[in-house]
Amino acid sequence: MTNLLIILIAFLVIATLVQILRVGELLSEVRNLDVNKVTEKDNKTQSFLMGSVGILFLVSCVWQYFSWEHLMLPAASSEHGVTIDKLMAFTMILIIVVFFILHIILFYFLYKYRKGDHNDVAYYYPHNNKLELIWTIAPTIVLTVVILYGLSVWDQITNADTSKSQVIEVYGKQFDWMARYPGEDETLGSYNYKLVQGLNALGVDMQDEASLDDKLTRELHLVVDEPVLLKLRSQDIIHSAFLPHFRVQMNCVPGMSTQFAFTPTKTTSEMKEQEGDSFEYVLLCNKICGAAHYNMQMKVVVETQEEYDNWLSQKNTLSEKLITKK
Amino acid sequence: MSDHHNETFISKYIFSLDHKMIAKQFLITGMFMGVVGMLMSILFRLQLSNPGESFAILEWFLGDKWAPGGVLDPNMYLALVTMHGTILIFWVLTAGLTGTFANFLIPLQIGARDMASGFINMLSYWFFFAATVVLLISLFVETGPASAGWTIYPPLSALPQAIPGSGLGQDLWLISMTLFIVSSLLGGLNYIVTILNLRTKGMSMSRLPLTMWALLIVAILGVLSFPVLLSASLLLIFDRSFGTSFYLSDIVIGGEALHHTGGSPILFEHLFWFLGHPEVYIILLPALGIVSEIISVNSRKPIFGYKAMVISLIAIAFLSFIVWGHHMFITGMDPFLGSVFTFTTLLIAIPSAVKVFNYLATLWRASIRFTPAMLFAIGFVSTFITGGLTGLILGDSALDINVHDTYFVVGHFHIVMGLSAIYGMFAGVYHWFPKMYGRMMNKKLGYFHFWVTFISAYGVFFPMHFLGLAGLPRRYYTNSAFPMFDGLSDINEIITFFAILGGVVQLLFIFNFFYSIFKGTKATENPWRSNTLEWTTPIERIHGNWPGKIPSVHRWAYDYSKPGSDKDFIPQTEPLKEGETEH
Ligand code: HEM
Ligand SMILES: [Cu+2]
Ligand SMILES: [Cu+2]
Repeated sequence: MTNLLIILIAFLVIATLVQILRVGELLSEVRNLDVNKVTEKDNKTQSFLMGSVGILFLVSCVWQYFSWEHLMLPAASSEHGVTIDKLMAFTMILIIVVFFILHIILFYFLYKYRKGDHNDVAYYYPHNNKLELIWTIAPTIVLTVVILYGLSVWDQITNADTSKSQVIEVYGKQFDWMARYPGEDETLGSYNYKLVQGLNALGVDMQDEASLDDKLTRELHLVVDEPVLLKLRSQDIIHSAFLPHFRVQMNCVPGMSTQFAFTPTKTTSEMKEQEGDSFEYVLLCNKICGAAHYNMQMKVVVETQEEYDNWLSQKNTLSEKLITKK
Repeated sequence: MSDHHNETFISKYIFSLDHKMIAKQFLITGMFMGVVGMLMSILFRLQLSNPGESFAILEWFLGDKWAPGGVLDPNMYLALVTMHGTILIFWVLTAGLTGTFANFLIPLQIGARDMASGFINMLSYWFFFAATVVLLISLFVETGPASAGWTIYPPLSALPQAIPGSGLGQDLWLISMTLFIVSSLLGGLNYIVTILNLRTKGMSMSRLPLTMWALLIVAILGVLSFPVLLSASLLLIFDRSFGTSFYLSDIVIGGEALHHTGGSPILFEHLFWFLGHPEVYIILLPALGIVSEIISVNSRKPIFGYKAMVISLIAIAFLSFIVWGHHMFITGMDPFLGSVFTFTTLLIAIPSAVKVFNYLATLWRASIRFTPAMLFAIGFVSTFITGGLTGLILGDSALDINVHDTYFVVGHFHIVMGLSAIYGMFAGVYHWFPKMYGRMMNKKLGYFHFWVTFISAYGVFFPMHFLGLAGLPRRYYTNSAFPMFDGLSDINEIITFFAILGGVVQLLFIFNFFYSIFKGTKATENPWRSNTLEWTTPIERIHGNWPGKIPSVHRWAYDYSKPGSDKDFIPQTEPLKEGETEH
């Protein structure tokens, strides 16, 4: 019944539209006018609209910025993140300035140069090599700066010295995360995907001495101001470990190991003071991986060395876990 | 050629060899798919702004399997996003846009009776049609349509255990895409041959309208890049069905360790984006061509810097082949390679900037006539600026670390590619409608359509940048699983509101389109007072295009408001006057 009603209404709407258009066309036929010819009045209205809606659009961009600024990510909580934020601010200012200049010119020209009595003949101006040279060279110079600046930051991040970093493995699978800490020997044991079974969720090779003291956890704890090297793996399909507050993201790809090095600089409790009590660092999955992709998360905690040691010492090693349970 | 009198309904409207009819077939199929794709986006937008709420419309379209109690199922969410992306990118903005305007304009603007091969041209449409049918069928299979994103990265797309959409739905997607690629290659080869060989007397390359340049370059891009996607898809089909391990390695899923070792999903990403990046220019360049033409005609002024416009098109096309890695900065690719791709990617900004400056210079001291086509062309310039600029952030590997795969990307690509190309397509339809159907589209509805579209499109996609900067990942069924995103629900509601508004107003366009085909006011031969050759053909759109001899060409296409002429336009067929110099 409702379907029928909807179809009926749609039909009526269309019929009404047709009639309105017909009437308009017939009337103008009588007056010997062509309804679809663009008149001087149209040019006036449309160019006025271009100018005013254009300005409104720009104003709304500013409005969006000021009303939503507080929702944006807080300043970076990692060393390299601060450099990224600086590069971001530089690039943002650049593009915002260019965005406004170009749009203002665009809307102004559209408002000013409409066809009409006062402006019936355009100025024949097919090219000007000098101008074109200028506006090829100007962006080239600006981009050279952007590229050099960007690449130097990228280089710093990807070539960071990791010899003193604490190595932690982050392992993704549909739809949760795990972390593996290397234990006393500071070495992660080797692994093989064929060994994934039951409690040995990461397929760690227990024949390897280095594996015995490794620890598996469901939270990622980091020590403030201490460099870490995340080693990333996946059990099934591609996931992506995304830690937005630290400006860290790296894919987890089955069949290979990827990595990301960084140094957290603010503890969770500092952030709670700054952002409110409910604040927590998180690691999200940022590569489409199935139905619960939207909820594939792991809590991240940044704390002092003491708190960290305390937390880690309470966790069982793999050998305790796998052997006592067997 | 012109004695095609005994045409039957079937040979005229269905298995037509006439490029103009084939163009309309592409256009109407593209419009139909556009409605389907847009509807999908509205369905999943409802879930994003009102997570977990029940909507009768969801149940009505998806049934109680995929929207039990009117609440969207998470797998179906991903399926809708995937099909929405696939349909808009390939069906609407590749086949719908290029298929329509390449077929329609190439013979008309270069002065040819038809395409080099009418038969291949027809095949191109029918392969596309078959691809469409297969894709639509995939919407109805038991396990749902493909759901791994339009980028179909394996292993997700290879393993039905990972997501139900990777079962039969993904097979059909791949078959459909194979048919689509065949269609696109057949079309592309035909466009290239036609433009290179069938130009009329006097139509040298340096006199080609910019639409022709753009379509020529697009065809070359397509012919060089689509085969790579075809091979990537074939290898994926092998992995899925015949147990090979091109992309798969060391996988445990559903408690089972798979036998695959030694493959790499990253290989797929390289192959995919080797097409995928040129693809976004395949979408954009025809719109650039169309818009250049329309801006010049309606500014009554030559396009500024014709040569620079051509060179920048070529530069963009060339660069588009060596930037694909910017989609892969955080896949674990060698950081040095990342630097190279940052460098090449940011270089594209230079020819793009030249284009924008040239558009502005064209508008300077113009005498602008605001037709609906012109409005959409202007909309294009605006979105091209906005979206192009945010590209500077995404192309910079260091910055991409934090915005990659967030809503910032969704905002960026919808504006620079989605909106720009859609505006180009609308502009083209409003502009060439009189040549296609011999009637005018209603002007007032056109104005209304533009303004509501312009406002709601920015209303949908501009705020998405803020979502991205707040860290919100894309392809999330809901953002309510993270307290850190709780503040974003206002933005999501605004976006959905504008999405619905923008969607509804497209129905008005479709109404205007079909109404005008049958009832629109009669067009004259050259309603926009334009210079290009298509406007010298008679209103009765005959097979073979010109009743008598094909006209020959004596000048470029942009002699608008040239001093020394009594009209403000001089068609390309008009010989140079004594002492007159060519631009
Ligand atoms: C009514 C207009 C539209 C709306 C409201 C809309 C909205 C959206 C949204 C919300 C997403 C999901 C983002 C995500 O979860 O990753 C999306 C994805 C996408 N859209 Fe649109 N869109 C619209 C028009 C277009 C157009 C014109 C294009 C053409 C380029 C397009 C191409 C895509 C693509 C390629 C994706 C990515 C699909 C994927 O992640 O696999 N959309 N759209
Ligand atoms: Cu995921
Ligand atoms: Cu790209």
